[in-house]
Amino acid sequence: MDKEQLKGEPLLRMSKRGEMLPAWKSWGIRLIAFFLSLVVSGIVIIAVSGLNPAAVFATMFEGAVGTGKRAWVTVRDAMTLLCIAVGLAPAFKMRFWNIGAEGQILVGGIAAAACMIYLKNLPAPLLLLVMILASLAAGGVWGFFPGLFKARWNTNETLFTLMMNYIAIQLTSYFVAMWENPFGSNSVGVINSQGKEGWLPNLFSAGYNKDYGWNVIIVLAVTVIMYLYMNHSKHGYEIAVIGDSENTARYAGIRVNRAYVRTIIFSGAICGLAGFVAVSGASHTISTATAGGRGFTAIIVAWLAQFNSVVMVIFSFLLVFLQKGAQAIASSYNLSQEVSEMITGIILFFLLGSEFFVNYTVHFRGKKVSA
Amino acid sequence: MKKYLALLLALVMALALVACGNKTEPAGNGDNGGSGDNAGKLKVGVVLVGDENEGYTFAHIDGVRKAAAAVGLSDSDIVWFYNIGEDETCKDKCDECVEQGCNLVITNSYGHQTFCEDAAREHPEVEFVAMTGDTAKKSGLPNFHNAFNMTFESRYVSGIVAGMKLKEMMDQGLVTDPYIGYVGAYPYAEVVSGYTGFFLGIKSIVPEAHMDVQYTNSWFDIQAEGKAAEALMARGCCIIGQHADSTGAPKAVQTAKDNGKAVYSVGYNIDMLAAAPTAALTSSTNDWSVFYTEAFKTMLSGGKLPTDWSKGYEAGAVAITTLGPEVAPGTAEAVKAAEDAIKAGTLHVFDTSTFTVGGAPVTSAFTFDSDGDWTNDTNEGIVDGYYHESEYISAPSFSLRIDGITELN
Repeated sequence: MDKEQLKGEPLLRMSKRGEMLPAWKSWGIRLIAFFLSLVVSGIVIIAVSGLNPAAVFATMFEGAVGTGKRAWVTVRDAMTLLCIAVGLAPAFKMRFWNIGAEGQILVGGIAAAACMIYLKNLPAPLLLLVMILASLAAGGVWGFFPGLFKARWNTNETLFTLMMNYIAIQLTSYFVAMWENPFGSNSVGVINSQGKEGWLPNLFSAGYNKDYGWNVIIVLAVTVIMYLYMNHSKHGYEIAVIGDSENTARYAGIRVNRAYVRTIIFSGAICGLAGFVAVSGASHTISTATAGGRGFTAIIVAWLAQFNSVVMVIFSFLLVFLQKGAQAIASSYNLSQEVSEMITGIILFFLLGSEFFVNYTVHFRGKKVSA
Repeated sequence: MKKYLALLLALVMALALVACGNKTEPAGNGDNGGSGDNAGKLKVGVVLVGDENEGYTFAHIDGVRKAAAAVGLSDSDIVWFYNIGEDETCKDKCDECVEQGCNLVITNSYGHQTFCEDAAREHPEVEFVAMTGDTAKKSGLPNFHNAFNMTFESRYVSGIVAGMKLKEMMDQGLVTDPYIGYVGAYPYAEVVSGYTGFFLGIKSIVPEAHMDVQYTNSWFDIQAEGKAAEALMARGCCIIGQHADSTGAPKAVQTAKDNGKAVYSVGYNIDMLAAAPTAALTSSTNDWSVFYTEAFKTMLSGGKLPTDWSKGYEAGAVAITTLGPEVAPGTAEAVKAAEDAIKAGTLHVFDTSTFTVGGAPVTSAFTFDSDGDWTNDTNEGIVDGYYHESEYISAPSFSLRIDGITELN
């Protein structure tokens, strides 16, 4: 290259990588990004608080997994988040922007809570089974309508699913008012605190709330099923094709509209199941905060994992870990919650940013482009 | 500004800690840094809905610290959890307290109660107190307790301060309609009991007074409370009381007063003189350390905590804050007289001879109806001519809507 040529070239230039990076390289980039984020947040911690960053990170770790209870709570919350992310994956992979997970979780939760309240005389395993089916169905119905409208009239699914969230929140308020206990408290309270009907029991020990083994089993089963569905089934293949190009899919003879409706019902149903996991396996109550924004957080998980449901396990743990750790920092150093959220923000920024370097390569001026 | 100040303070404290290079928990604020004489004999878990930046929680933190100092607990005997939501995280934190060896676990928000009760059921060896809760008696659990100050007493006394001012304004011809406004959080018994106490205090000075209540449906919403106060003042209210935790209403009243309106504010929890230097008359307030000290002492001596604990003026658990600069002359004396009468048991806030419902005097009322079936769960509330507030269960239960008060929403 001579000087004349160089003049016209910018200092930095990006181009899309021609082919996918090998797995070790792309994961290497993500790992480097993660460590860089720790370094930057370390600097921020010193700048803002003067605390020793190593001690802060240790507190974070302590807060997330420091005791048996904390570790199980982290596992429990990661599992709920994972379940939602797994549910979102097929829709997003199809480029069907399902931002209605919040609502699907809530209706699933309402269904589960309703069973706990009205069917508490059923034998325990049967009751849990009915609850699972009811929440799957409720979530599925919540997905069905936006799917149908998209297929029939090509309505915008982003707006539609978002609007369905508000309906679900109002519906939840209605049921909270209906089931409130004690009267006048404006909350449902812990359902069946006495007899624990409809509670997911412990897997490894007697009683409840000591371990969340069943949450893990249920969600991991769904994760594996989803992985197989997406990668080794005809439906999964159709979803991938539609996601890349709807016209190609049509040309290939895929019934796109049918796939839309089917997939969003499936997606909604899994999110509904997450509502069951949240109600029966964790909170044992229902409120408008049952979804708690996790329907949106799960979108980050799904994207970071590029809709690979097995990889989502890592990212849902990471996000919950960060969240718990951030709370521990705020609490034990008497910092405001915002400082710890800054750390979470920095780490997420780097992780999301690293995807750029996975997909693009950067050329410097004057450097020879190899290959 | 306050938040930044708190942050700055936190940072300074954190810095000081790093400088000292020790590993003690900074949460204790170092007010009894040394080990007390009862150090290590009792471990208390405190699960809080907010942190020091929020007035209600701050009052609880302050109460626990004072109590710990009074009975000689050291900083390491208290496990703090801040900003805990009214959901399963509350149960998680109660479990964690047990895991860390606490013998006594306290939750401070009403919404924590159901999760606290759940934890109590699961850990019968540990004592749990759901502050401001109302289900301990009904749960039948021996290790689950409720506690609530008799705040309606201090609200009554703050009503006397308001009534004196109202009377003065009417005498001066500034006000013709004795119209009071009240910013309430939720239409619960706790709020109803509070505003009725406040109103009866006013009525004891200005019998023809009437009051409107505007709910904000939140315990802490500066904007909504300010807006509610503005709406009430626009309707013609000249004194604004409140049962919500922010400074929104006093600030709005101060602004209106600065613009030439004859309006005043009666606050809650904290002295509102910083937010409303001339408009604030007083605030009714709680001293939670009275309960915490009693509870810690009981636990240390191996005694049994009561299922329901409720005390007021006579134990020093409630009070009103410093009187504002523009209170009517003679207010301090009237306040003193009322406080003495309440302490002596000669003045009952909910004396049935002082109010009517639907134009008729009341002879019977529920004390507690937990399931909404309109039958009384506990005893008859009205005995000897007054409603026995917070005697059968600690949480306020007076929920009659008396004549003279209108709920706007």
